[in-house]
Amino acid sequence: MSDDYKRTYSQIDDWSDSRELLANARKQANQRNFDDVFIVDIDSHISDGGAWPEIMDLVEDPVVRDAASAFGDGSKRGAFLNHTPGLQWQNVWGRIPHGQGLKEPVEDTSVPRDVVLARKSIDQMGLDYQVVFPNALLFLGMHPVPEMEVHLATAYNRWLVERILPEDPRIRAMLYLPFNNPEAAEATVKRFLGKPGVAGFLVTSSRHKPVHANEYMRLYAMLEEAGQVLGFHTHLNWQDEYTSQLNRFISMHAISFVLCNLVHLTNWVINGLPERFPKLNVMWIESGVAWLSFAMQRLDHEYMMRTSEAPLLKKLPSEYMRDMFYTTQPMERSNEALLAATMEGVNASSQMLYASDWPHWDFDLPSVIWDLPFLDETAKRNILGYNAARLFNLDIPERYSALAAE
Amino acid sequence: MADLFVAKVGDIADRDRRVVADGDLEIGVFRLGDDFFAWENNCPHMGGPVCQGKVMNRVNEVLDDGKKSHGFEFVEADVHIICPWHGFEFNIRTGVHPGESSTQLTKYEVVVRDGDIYVRT
Repeated sequence: MSDDYKRTYSQIDDWSDSRELLANARKQANQRNFDDVFIVDIDSHISDGGAWPEIMDLVEDPVVRDAASAFGDGSKRGAFLNHTPGLQWQNVWGRIPHGQGLKEPVEDTSVPRDVVLARKSIDQMGLDYQVVFPNALLFLGMHPVPEMEVHLATAYNRWLVERILPEDPRIRAMLYLPFNNPEAAEATVKRFLGKPGVAGFLVTSSRHKPVHANEYMRLYAMLEEAGQVLGFHTHLNWQDEYTSQLNRFISMHAISFVLCNLVHLTNWVINGLPERFPKLNVMWIESGVAWLSFAMQRLDHEYMMRTSEAPLLKKLPSEYMRDMFYTTQPMERSNEALLAATMEGVNASSQMLYASDWPHWDFDLPSVIWDLPFLDETAKRNILGYNAARLFNLDIPERYSALAAE
Repeated sequence: MADLFVAKVGDIADRDRRVVADGDLEIGVFRLGDDFFAWENNCPHMGGPVCQGKVMNRVNEVLDDGKKSHGFEFVEADVHIICPWHGFEFNIRTGVHPGESSTQLTKYEVVVRDGDIYVRT
């Protein structure tokens, strides 16, 4: 915990200091001596609402940039965003204050507010790196104005690269690919590849363009050639015909956050993309863990009977899945035996990466991994940090060198 | 075993709480009417500061005789403390999660003496 912060022990509300909110996380880090454990958080989210006017000033199309002033009573707040019902329900009807975003006042104005908030969570959780992703862009793949995805994503990527990442080497980002426009996605890779702090590139999974479409092959080849990670970050969609039948957020969230990645992963494997791009590292983000055992068994079962429909495959679908990467959050753990079997099934020790999803309502702390009784210490250290270091080529601070996992 | 001073009886309002610390141990003392209850400020789910959460009544779904649903209602008798980290709820009188009874808060004894509230650690 930051030395200058004094606990209040008061009720947590929307405006509470996140050091108070995460004080028990710091306590857990101390109890488990996380200062001796290299930890990378692959997926956290920055509260970008307040910065949106600044981001709009980075829109490169002059007409769109000018039109941003027509939103938010002239403030540009929320300009052009296609938020859908659902995200605002994350706080369980007021029960989880940070589910609506961190509203705390920030005194340090020497760096952007989002950097201050990220540093607080890094310090309280005992992290070495935190990979951030913007809240606002999670919906963007479903924007009814397709070109808006390119305008907003480019402005956002610039804001991250120019204003956020230079402020703290512990903060990294996977940049948004405007995937509905393959040429713009390729241009994004060319433009931002190698910029300091850029960890990789990411597709938001709420979208209806299949990942095996031929127009993406050049993008995948480019990412493979550059040794970049391609992430698929899940999100909700309460408007699909099936999910629109779900009348509670609990139901929609449980299904929707898995469904989109399940569809994309199935297309990725069955269409033989791992054979076409064997060196492209693909990572599936924020769908939890439980869906993997289902997908492995289901796809293997059908593949053995319908091999002719997946002729590019040279091994079982589950074997390709064991070559891909997965973030752990939100880690379902009500049945320890099922969780252990799933983690063994995907070679979690080398293929899983810890993610917090802070400050969303179902965030996980590093202790969730560290306390698993069925993992040995090497596996825990790999999942918490060393798999990420290998995948993203991160520098490991010298003090950990003697403790490096095999 | 020691008695840790929490507050004067009049300092904690009905349905409110006071969280006190003794080293790493943190305890929330709640008041419901004239009754006091003490629970560790450590959620059994992931270790969140459960006693610093929102106090709300249990929610029930209303069914009629034909089993048709008519929405939600608050249950006045069941007052819950809700962990601000992930929303786990616990009955303030029993410390028990309403959906899974083996998930419980850690209880501490409350002593009221001469208008002062203590928790026994």
